[in-house]
Amino acid sequence: MCGIVGLFLKDPELEPQLGSLLAGMLEVMSDRGPDSAGFAVYGEGTSERLKLTVRGVRLDEVAEALGPEVEGRLRDTHLVLSFPRASEAEVRAWLAVERPDLAVTGAGERIEIYKDVGLPAAVARRFDLPGMSGTHGIGHTRMATESAVTVDGAHPFSTGADQCLVHNGSLSNHRSLRRVLEPAGMTFTSDNDSEVAAAYLSVRMREGASLPEALEAGLKDFDGFYTLVVGSRDGFAVMRDPVSCKPAVMAETDRYVAFGSEYRALVDLPGIEAARVFEPEPARVYAWERR
Amino acid sequence: MQVVDLAETRLRDLNARLHALSADTNETLWRVENPNGQHALAVGLDAPITVEIAGHAGYYCASMNMQATVIVEGNAGVGVAENMMSGLVHVKGDASQSAGATAHGGLLVIDGSASARCGISMKGVDIVVKGSIGPMSAFMAQAGALVVLGDAGEALGDSIYEARLYVRGDVKSLGADCVEKTMREEHRSELRQLLDAAGLDGSVSVDAFKRYGSARQLYNFHVDNAAAY
Repeated sequence: MCGIVGLFLKDPELEPQLGSLLAGMLEVMSDRGPDSAGFAVYGEGTSERLKLTVRGVRLDEVAEALGPEVEGRLRDTHLVLSFPRASEAEVRAWLAVERPDLAVTGAGERIEIYKDVGLPAAVARRFDLPGMSGTHGIGHTRMATESAVTVDGAHPFSTGADQCLVHNGSLSNHRSLRRVLEPAGMTFTSDNDSEVAAAYLSVRMREGASLPEALEAGLKDFDGFYTLVVGSRDGFAVMRDPVSCKPAVMAETDRYVAFGSEYRALVDLPGIEAARVFEPEPARVYAWERR
Repeated sequence: MQVVDLAETRLRDLNARLHALSADTNETLWRVENPNGQHALAVGLDAPITVEIAGHAGYYCASMNMQATVIVEGNAGVGVAENMMSGLVHVKGDASQSAGATAHGGLLVIDGSASARCGISMKGVDIVVKGSIGPMSAFMAQAGALVVLGDAGEALGDSIYEARLYVRGDVKSLGADCVEKTMREEHRSELRQLLDAAGLDGSVSVDAFKRYGSARQLYNFHVDNAAAY
């Protein structure tokens, strides 16, 4: 069992509240996943600069050491580095050599990813999720089944620029998928089956598929149980396995699209009383795109 | 009328109060406010009372119900009226998976649609869904009737025993050992009664329905299959 939440805003006026709404949703899902929690927020960003979220200890002097063009924003055990796009290779190379102890949790123009072990409410507080603004966000509360309770096993998983995935379920063919994805250039930070699903979608999108097309392909290749919520720089998508093994509820209004493993996660959203509340159908891709 | 606001009262206290009611109670009408999708609302009731749930319900709402009428004024989560023995459960919105699962008796009415596995292993309950039902519905259904005004998803009635399925719309596919059957007068009569009980008095013609049930090839011992045992 795990809990998933997702919120995709249509109304820019709600953007300053994205973090607080998502934090509330995440906390309600503690019953479904008390081991660890994580979230991705799509906030400010421009095409000229990249953001890299890194996790670890001794983060105070990292940005400074990287040079004057690199800005760092520290949130507890995570540091978001922002730098000109052209410096990406340089920054990554420096991190690999000087600070191999740090884990990169996400990279892209707008994405920031935070994850930690512990109760979801505590994790959200630690990183000040309620204070974050953005256009969309995805969160996960984990009850570990296929791999250990570690930060590495916490969702969301990001395997491509501005991409992230959260998963409730378990994939039975993740080892065999991995054997195909590794030669395609994907590297993995965990033994987690969900990370394999993320990498699969990243490879498909790198090959030219849109997010919905990549998910359609996954319907044929994923063997197991899955409710997936996927974010991209401008998109948000949901897909469930053909037997709809894992729960999912969605709500849509003129102002947002929201996802929860259970309806309880959605009750504090503005205007939920009048929202169209529905259960996504099995083996059907639902996708939204920012215009 | 007894009003219980779940923004102030714990769910367990509500259920404890409902469980304490005797068969001759005068507190026969209850209204539950701010249900907010909580699980196990009004479960295990055994008194001739009516409970109105003013919003969406979570998992297993009104499960194990006996005698009571439970009305959900919104959507219901997984397993609404699961293992109901008698009484009436009325969902005014949609129902999630496994609505009416394993229920032995009573009537479950869903004004919207029900998702996967509606009526799975039903054992005598009657279910009327005014919308459509999802895949694998009435899986291993043993007794009772399932009425669907809309469509049915894949593998309807897979491994069905003796339940009767009436579907007005399209059936995406039938499960193993489930076949279309002739509508005889006894079936028309049963269907008419169920439609009436669901408040559709005469507005829906029974002639528009098809009946599905067991081909009885799977669960009966058949001498030709002896080698397979």
